[in-house]
Amino acid sequence: MSTVMLEVKELRKSFGGVKATDGVSLEVIEGEVHAIIGPNGAGKTTLISQLSGLQRSDGGSTVFAGRDITRLSAPARSRLGLARTFQITSVFHDFTALQNVALAIQAHSGHSFRFLKDASSDQVLTEPARRRLADVGLGERADIPAGDLAHGEQRQLEIAMALATDPKMLLLDEPMAGMGPADSADMTSYLKSIKGQVTMLLVEHDMQAVFQLADRISVLVYGRIIATGDPQSIRSNKEVREAYLGED
Amino acid sequence: MKQLMSAKGIFAISVVLLCALVPLISAALDNTYWPGVFMRAMIWAIAAISLNLILGYGGMVSFGHALFLGVGGYAVGILAYYEIDSGWIHLFAVLGSCAIIGLIVGAVSLRTRGVYFIMITMALSQMMYYLIISIDEYGSDDGLVIYNRSDFGLSFFSLDNPNTLYYTIFFCMLGALWLCARIVGSRFGNVIRGAASNETRMQAMGFPTYRYRLTCFVISGLICGLAGMLSANVESFISPDALHWTKSGELIFMVVLGGMATLFGPVAGALVFWLLSEFLPQLPEINGFRLGEHWHLIFGPFLLLVIIFFRRGIASLFEREGARP
Repeated sequence: MSTVMLEVKELRKSFGGVKATDGVSLEVIEGEVHAIIGPNGAGKTTLISQLSGLQRSDGGSTVFAGRDITRLSAPARSRLGLARTFQITSVFHDFTALQNVALAIQAHSGHSFRFLKDASSDQVLTEPARRRLADVGLGERADIPAGDLAHGEQRQLEIAMALATDPKMLLLDEPMAGMGPADSADMTSYLKSIKGQVTMLLVEHDMQAVFQLADRISVLVYGRIIATGDPQSIRSNKEVREAYLGED
Repeated sequence: MKQLMSAKGIFAISVVLLCALVPLISAALDNTYWPGVFMRAMIWAIAAISLNLILGYGGMVSFGHALFLGVGGYAVGILAYYEIDSGWIHLFAVLGSCAIIGLIVGAVSLRTRGVYFIMITMALSQMMYYLIISIDEYGSDDGLVIYNRSDFGLSFFSLDNPNTLYYTIFFCMLGALWLCARIVGSRFGNVIRGAASNETRMQAMGFPTYRYRLTCFVISGLICGLAGMLSANVESFISPDALHWTKSGELIFMVVLGGMATLFGPVAGALVFWLLSEFLPQLPEINGFRLGEHWHLIFGPFLLLVIIFFRRGIASLFEREGARP
């Protein structure tokens, strides 16, 4: 039997009169790549924000790794091993690539009420950070300020930061956003290489990437999941074709 | 060491040396004027260093930081009013009151962002301003004369000695610089700087940012309160003006003028600000126009030009070519 990593029940969120998340229920199995696709404005990013704890839900429950996290804050969820990346690259521009990853590691290594010791020479942080950067292919770029990295490199850095603390699960909000075809293919193959080691919930517009990576796909339209299944069945699902794939 | 040999380092060292030598030079020249000017400038520098910690590094634009100058000053003034002159009790009262007020002000204001944060910090400090004005016992808006300086009970250390007072302030300034440098480079400093640039991301990474920012706010208030204590000892006087919002504005100006989020910027900013406001009023009369009396006509545009042409203030003058903004 496969274990459920993330179980979402009847999750809701409204902004004024708009139901961004309208009773979403979802199960993500340990080790799988579960993709969420849907047209613009379907509420994908809102869903990710609710799952990561940055948006408070109006209703519903979330169980992660056997623990009810419905009322937990974003930092608490992160420390339980639920990491996320952002659609709009949000690395720290004034920090070097290495410092960015070290910061992510620092977040999970005890409290940060340490006022006097120099953090940039703290090998507890910098050593694993260096390894993580090498993993995503940014080893050579460690000491460059993140703001000076190319867009594709910033996306890689974003992933390295999310992976830095060995999360149980990764919430990926459009990791290929704004990437050219080459970078996009690189990112896809990188995500493929870590597939199985970490459970992933992938929101992505790049259908090629989605069908290459996903074990299962859920289709989100107007805040509701209209279908869930393996890529083949989603491709042939009539309702989905009408709502979404048909547009292409 | 390498850092100290850069243009910035040499500039910083010369300014510190100048501050250290002022009493000796003026003693040699039989001048008693300059030590007083520099003492006040250094006190402002300490306050500006403390503000830079939250404003420059932490992105918390407090428009009420003079609050702590006033609280520190009144802690000394009120104790002295009751003839409690022990410097240790003064110090304890200054730090204690600034910690409590810092916690309250920070806890309320840090729940807001941007303009709201600016307005709330300003409103809370103005509340304290009017509270003090309303207490006749402590002099209302006439202020309190402090008849005895903080007495630490040490035979070799008396703030009544002008040189002791001067170097106490000097070493407090160095201490504040050292502390700020260490904090900024520490794990704690990482959280503060990270939260300034992207708080949402910091939370998503697992940092409960609020408690760190609040702690930073309190630390900054403590350092600024110390500046208030020193000021009370220099002036032997404290009045509500010390915490008026215009003083908070001047503090912000010093930080911006010197260079936000640069270690030495606030010191440079405070010195330039203070020296100009001493010098300019002494300008001569030209064609019947008393320039000295209208010195703000020069002061204002000067500050404006510095900020337009040097985004990072005076500190950017000494940054190497091609250094990142």
